[in-house]
Amino acid sequence: MENKNSRRQNRLKLVIYITLSIGFVSAMAMSLKNKTVSKNEDGNLMATIAGDNSTNSVADPATNEKENNSETINKQREQESKEAFLAAYKVFMHPRCMNCHPKADVPLQGDDSHLHAQGVKRGVDGKGVYALKCKNCHQDENLKGDYLPPGSPGWHLPPANMKMVFEGKTPRQLAMQFKDPKATGFKNFKKDMLHHVEKEPLVLHSWTYRTPPPLSHAEFVAKVKEWIDKGAAIPDK
Amino acid sequence: MINLKINGKAYEVDADPSTPILWILRDHLGLTGTKFGCGAAQCGACTVHLNGDGIRSCISPVSRAAGKEIVTIEGLDPKLSKPLEQAWIQEDVPQCGYCQSGQIMAAAILLRDNANPTDSDIDDAMTGNICRCGTYQRIRKAIHVASDLRRKK
Repeated sequence: MENKNSRRQNRLKLVIYITLSIGFVSAMAMSLKNKTVSKNEDGNLMATIAGDNSTNSVADPATNEKENNSETINKQREQESKEAFLAAYKVFMHPRCMNCHPKADVPLQGDDSHLHAQGVKRGVDGKGVYALKCKNCHQDENLKGDYLPPGSPGWHLPPANMKMVFEGKTPRQLAMQFKDPKATGFKNFKKDMLHHVEKEPLVLHSWTYRTPPPLSHAEFVAKVKEWIDKGAAIPDK
Repeated sequence: MINLKINGKAYEVDADPSTPILWILRDHLGLTGTKFGCGAAQCGACTVHLNGDGIRSCISPVSRAAGKEIVTIEGLDPKLSKPLEQAWIQEDVPQCGYCQSGQIMAAAILLRDNANPTDSDIDDAMTGNICRCGTYQRIRKAIHVASDLRRKK
């Protein structure tokens, strides 16, 4: 009877040892699995893990190098995007462009961007007021002769509810404005922005009279495209 | 030959299409109410209406008027010209009078589009018409009078 009880106790101990062993092995396996998942999901956590001597074998030097390269490339693209915008900014702020994007409701004139003579005003639709409509003097073509009004079909300022002010804006402020759909009315930023600088007749017309902008139209469009393609980064200032 | 419609009347004019409308009016058709001031759209003395817009006839080639209607000071709608004329006389507006044709053509557009203009509206509408005699205060007052006359009728 005693031998029988003793055997039962030994069997019970064996079951307990086996159960504890299985539990311990399972816990270790789960721990390793969690570390591996974190490594894949979160690069920062991976770096923390890699710093732990007990798990050095998890960090993969090739992956680290790849991710560092990717970060460097991203930073380089962002910098190139900003530089492209700064090049295009010189065109945006040139009198041929900025004169029709004034901060007040009076357009600007000439290479010194003085207030437009005749005291003309924007009007609700950007086309002037009463007997001083833009098109009254700015006809469909440039007039030949000094001090005569340039012209193009559809000559106008941005309307009063969407003034698109360039005058006085820093590169950072101007880029932020371009990316604000409430300011531009663009439904598709990339498509509409490129269309405006590439196809808008008044934009194209800016290269046809008086002192032209500092880049050719093709160079200007390329810079705007590069700015957008590389992430439309906002300049620092 | 260029076919024109001026003050409701059809004209056939033998002129180069680049000839300014001003010289067609004055030299070809004898409509001398419209004046030459600066020749560069700066002063407003040559203002006429082209399909209702107050264009500067000194810089507008006659080709611009093809298929459209020109109205000069001689042909201004009496609904606008009469109250303006009466107000101009009442306020004794003109001094030398040279710019007044352009002033009245600009004022007519203002009153057509804004029956009861404020001082600010008048300034916005008339700022493009220069008067060397400086009759601006009387012009502003006369436009208020003309506005009242139109609304009373």
